[in-house]
Amino acid sequence: MSEALGLYNYWIVIFLMMTGLYLVISTGNLVRKVVGLNIFQASVLLLYVTMGRVDGATAPIFVEGRETYTDPLPSVLMLTAIVVGVATTAVALALTVRINEAYGTIEEDEINEQEHAQELAG
Amino acid sequence: MREVKILRVVSAKTLLPFILLFALYVQFHGDFGPGGGFQAGVIFGAGLILHALVFGLNESRRVIPEWVIESAAAVGVLIYGGVGVVAMLKGGKFLEYGVLDAHDRVHGQHTGLILIELGVGVTVSAVMLAIYGALAGRGRLST
Amino acid sequence: MFQQTVDILVLGLLAATALAVVRMRTLIGAAMLMGIYSFLSASWMLILDAPDVAFTEAAVGAGVSTIFVLATLSITTIRAKRQTKFQFAPLAVVVLTGAVLIYGTLDMPHFGDPEAPVHRVGNRYIKRVPEEFKIPNAVTAVLGSYRGFDTFGETTVVLTAGLGVLCLLRKRREDEPKVVTE
Repeated sequence: MSEALGLYNYWIVIFLMMTGLYLVISTGNLVRKVVGLNIFQASVLLLYVTMGRVDGATAPIFVEGRETYTDPLPSVLMLTAIVVGVATTAVALALTVRINEAYGTIEEDEINEQEHAQELAG
Repeated sequence: MREVKILRVVSAKTLLPFILLFALYVQFHGDFGPGGGFQAGVIFGAGLILHALVFGLNESRRVIPEWVIESAAAVGVLIYGGVGVVAMLKGGKFLEYGVLDAHDRVHGQHTGLILIELGVGVTVSAVMLAIYGALAGRGRLST
Repeated sequence: MFQQTVDILVLGLLAATALAVVRMRTLIGAAMLMGIYSFLSASWMLILDAPDVAFTEAAVGAGVSTIFVLATLSITTIRAKRQTKFQFAPLAVVVLTGAVLIYGTLDMPHFGDPEAPVHRVGNRYIKRVPEEFKIPNAVTAVLGSYRGFDTFGETTVVLTAGLGVLCLLRKRREDEPKVVTE
């Protein structure tokens, strides 16, 4: 029982990660895939921030009269990861835009069909 | 959205100065409270994106031309790297801020931190604006 | 008790939003829910005493990245194809991966354990920052100084990603089809 109390946070975060992963692999729509990747990424951030938490501590901004602070290291790593994440998401979206211009669709199976038809023709 | 007066007045005219001011506060108050270059850059970029959303991309580009955005993105990284190089010239290691102030290592650290946060903020806000401009300025295929 | 209630409430909302994104059929709805998800995760990061990350996540996830997705939708299409039949394989993969990950957490240190090995480096930073920097925000000090190389690299990655987007989207060649801008 104490296992469950100490670890339920990780389990919920893993559930969130898996919903993101499910979206990425189950859908054929490129924008929904990007949304799924974003959810997956936000959940990984949560996993790290969860690990940085210390019981009875306060935010890592020093004030008089507090001795324990949360771990600043996961915060630092995730902070930069968020901004890099949005920049790389933008690259994925830009690729989606170009794919839409080239094929007229952002559905994976339709793109595959067109490629296949081209192969047969040429 | 230019003809919707309430959007133009409330969101852009009233909120925009405060958003940009808040971004600057976050930028330079990062040593004392939550915040820093990454957050400030994103907030600053988001404020200018709001301007572009309300007044249109062309108007926004008239305020900040494209070449300014693109060079700002590079200048931010150069500021960051430049701080490292200056530290090397002053006899320290790359990005060793302590040597930036001849008398007091702690002051040197502060100077270094503020400068590199500035570099990060400039790059991040410029990149956010550039990405929005690229996506919004692309336009739909006419087919 | 209060803390735990808030914890469970926010985590429940997060799980509900994640499921709603999976079930959402329209793309604009999915983009909106993604913003809500980011904002909720920012709230939870604040509960976990990480205000700097929460701040970033709220500004980036709920603000800018939602705008980027919506801007993409405005120049591609807002219609998503309906999934015709339920696919079993992705669900099986996800359940299997999740089970393995949960098995992996079983010998992890408990939530909030101050003795967890992950805090070894963090505690050293906490001790050193007040002496060497005399500034209150440990996150800024670690970000800029102890991990300055990291941050330099990340800034360069942001610049590179921006350049990538510009290369992909900015100029059209003459032979490409004309576009309607408004």
